[in-house]
Amino acid sequence: MSTVVADSHDAHDEHHDHKPTGIKRWLFTTNHKDIGTLYLWFSFAMFLLGGSMALVIRMELFQPGMQVVDPHFFNQMTTMHGVIMVFGAVMPAFTGLANWMIPLMIGAPDMALPRMNNWSFWILPFAFLILLSSMFMPGGGPAFGWTFYAPLSTTYSTDSTALFVFAMHIMGMSSIMGAINVIVTIMNMRAPGMTYMKMPLFVWTWFITAFLLIAVMPVLAGVVTMVLTDKYFGTSFFDAAGGGDPVLFQHLFWFFGHPEVYIMILPSFGIISAIIPAFARKPLFGYASMVYATASIAGLSFLVWAHHMFTTGMPTFASLFFMYMTMLIAVPTGVKVFNWVTTMWKGAMTFETPMLFALAFVVLFTIGGLSGIMLAITPVDYQYHDTYFVVAHFHYVLVSGAVFSIMAAAYYWLPKWSGVMYDEFLAKLHFWCSLVSVNILFFPMHFVGLAGMPRRYPDYALQFADINAIVSVGGFLFGFSQLIFLWVVIKAARKQGVPAPAKPWEGAEGLEWEVPSPAPYHTFDTPPKVS
Amino acid sequence: MSKQQPKADNSSIITKLLASVVIMFAFGFALVPLYEKFCEMTGFNGRTSNTAATADGNMQVDESRIITVEFATRTGRGAPWEFKPEVRSIRMHPGEIKVVNFIVENRTGQNRVAQALPSVSPGEASLYLNKTECFCFEQQPLAAGETAIMPMQFYLDPDLPDSIRRFTLSYVMYDITDQVGSGAVTASRSE
Repeated sequence: MSTVVADSHDAHDEHHDHKPTGIKRWLFTTNHKDIGTLYLWFSFAMFLLGGSMALVIRMELFQPGMQVVDPHFFNQMTTMHGVIMVFGAVMPAFTGLANWMIPLMIGAPDMALPRMNNWSFWILPFAFLILLSSMFMPGGGPAFGWTFYAPLSTTYSTDSTALFVFAMHIMGMSSIMGAINVIVTIMNMRAPGMTYMKMPLFVWTWFITAFLLIAVMPVLAGVVTMVLTDKYFGTSFFDAAGGGDPVLFQHLFWFFGHPEVYIMILPSFGIISAIIPAFARKPLFGYASMVYATASIAGLSFLVWAHHMFTTGMPTFASLFFMYMTMLIAVPTGVKVFNWVTTMWKGAMTFETPMLFALAFVVLFTIGGLSGIMLAITPVDYQYHDTYFVVAHFHYVLVSGAVFSIMAAAYYWLPKWSGVMYDEFLAKLHFWCSLVSVNILFFPMHFVGLAGMPRRYPDYALQFADINAIVSVGGFLFGFSQLIFLWVVIKAARKQGVPAPAKPWEGAEGLEWEVPSPAPYHTFDTPPKVS
Repeated sequence: MSKQQPKADNSSIITKLLASVVIMFAFGFALVPLYEKFCEMTGFNGRTSNTAATADGNMQVDESRIITVEFATRTGRGAPWEFKPEVRSIRMHPGEIKVVNFIVENRTGQNRVAQALPSVSPGEASLYLNKTECFCFEQQPLAAGETAIMPMQFYLDPDLPDSIRRFTLSYVMYDITDQVGSGAVTASRSE
């Protein structure tokens, strides 16, 4: 596909020497690979932090009754766990992958807006510093759930709400800048011959995700601003006493919130669509239908928000509309799962760690999708609403979905990033430990949820004790399994391993495999020709 | 597509994207009045009209149907009164005009001002509930220790769908003294 690597090799060597060293390299970098690395390490740190908070939650819920933390702290843990995992772990991980891989995949020398790229990363640590420091304020940090429903976040919250709001604003700005960068890069920086319908699906899914971000992050910024003014400046957007409506909060929040859940899964679809063909040694089945399915999911995501609010007493016509729209999303999603399975059909499959994670993704994400369809059915949602069934559902799609896909991506591209093959034994150990423990952790939640255990409480009825004990054991196993992942990544980052060839995976396709491993600091200074 | 030059100016794309960000931010705020209007038209949030309806003299009483209207009351957070309806529910025909009294007792030694906010569940019913007179239309001054009987006169539109045979009208009585000041109380009540 490309002969550029050899042509521009001299240029690379020149640039290598100009790479700043020490802390300044990372503070002032405008290099997409450096920024990608920063994003990925940051999200990993947040993943471990948010995970430890989940372990506090599971510790408290190991037995009925109160033993480890007081209820107010428990509420802070559920809130922070959600916010950190969504905005600190999953979203920055995808942005990191986008930074590293999109220029390599489309044959561009860097992102289109490198200085803004530096900004969009470096404001993030401050956002989370503000958020975390709010926990040390009198009265504690935010304790109203990551969804910060009014009036919990207005009338009944502590002053840490102000810090929460500002942290959300900064995170939003970071995401918007990242999205603008991705869109401009994809529109303007593609190598000659790289038409839209030749772009790898990871690029496509990120392209669509970036538009979703542009559309809904400003709405989130608006909602948190309304919460702030309701709390401190006497407005009554969500206060019935002043003519507002607390249910309006939920409409606004979920108008952002539902596209947000697709923001956290569409790039996964792109990753899985890169990995399965590589290890099945067959081209992806139905490339065009994948693109259209992604676009339809993105479009539909704006028409389903009220399925989070069936129990607010909506009129029947509204409930039916949102129920049918939600079920309709199963169609493009089904197209995707079908295409992945068909890609594997009669393929010459091997099961290296990226493929194992990708396969687990397909199976477990589908389980999460099916429980989602159950939740979409309005009458039964009255039973499932706000129970552990919902918790099980969104952890299946977010942990064994989005997070597994990020891990698959990490293993798939680690040789390209680090220049060495990761430790396959440890990686497989990580996979099997994660796979088993994630199911011990989340599968039994379906049952306590159906039996009526409500979410977000630090205590529960005695009959749920055994299942909660099992869930907590699964939680700790899953949490500590991630230390294996950390070990594998550190080993690879310290170049401990077999040197990786430019293309370590036999069936892999794409421009990123045309450059040497590790990818030189500057790549594609002369654009490759794409046939 | 064979050029390697950018296909469009970076800055023109950035301008458009930034404009979209501003528009979506404004759209979030625009949803507030849009939602209000939408609720007014569909009864989505169960709020009833703030102005008095006039009963049509030719209105037919639909004696074939009996509708149960339940009354629920609640005091706003920290509001210092007892607030309840005289009857918990009534049965009435669509088209019939009824009066229900609500009783509020100011249990403090201070003059306070109250405001009641109505809500109907299911929300659809709010479109057919017409109040010709209601204490919720105005702020209610309550002198120290005063017990007031507040009437609410209403009828149900005979077009009320057959599917609605029972609904709840609830009032929350808020204490708005801090917002409006208690001076209003010295003006004597109209009743």
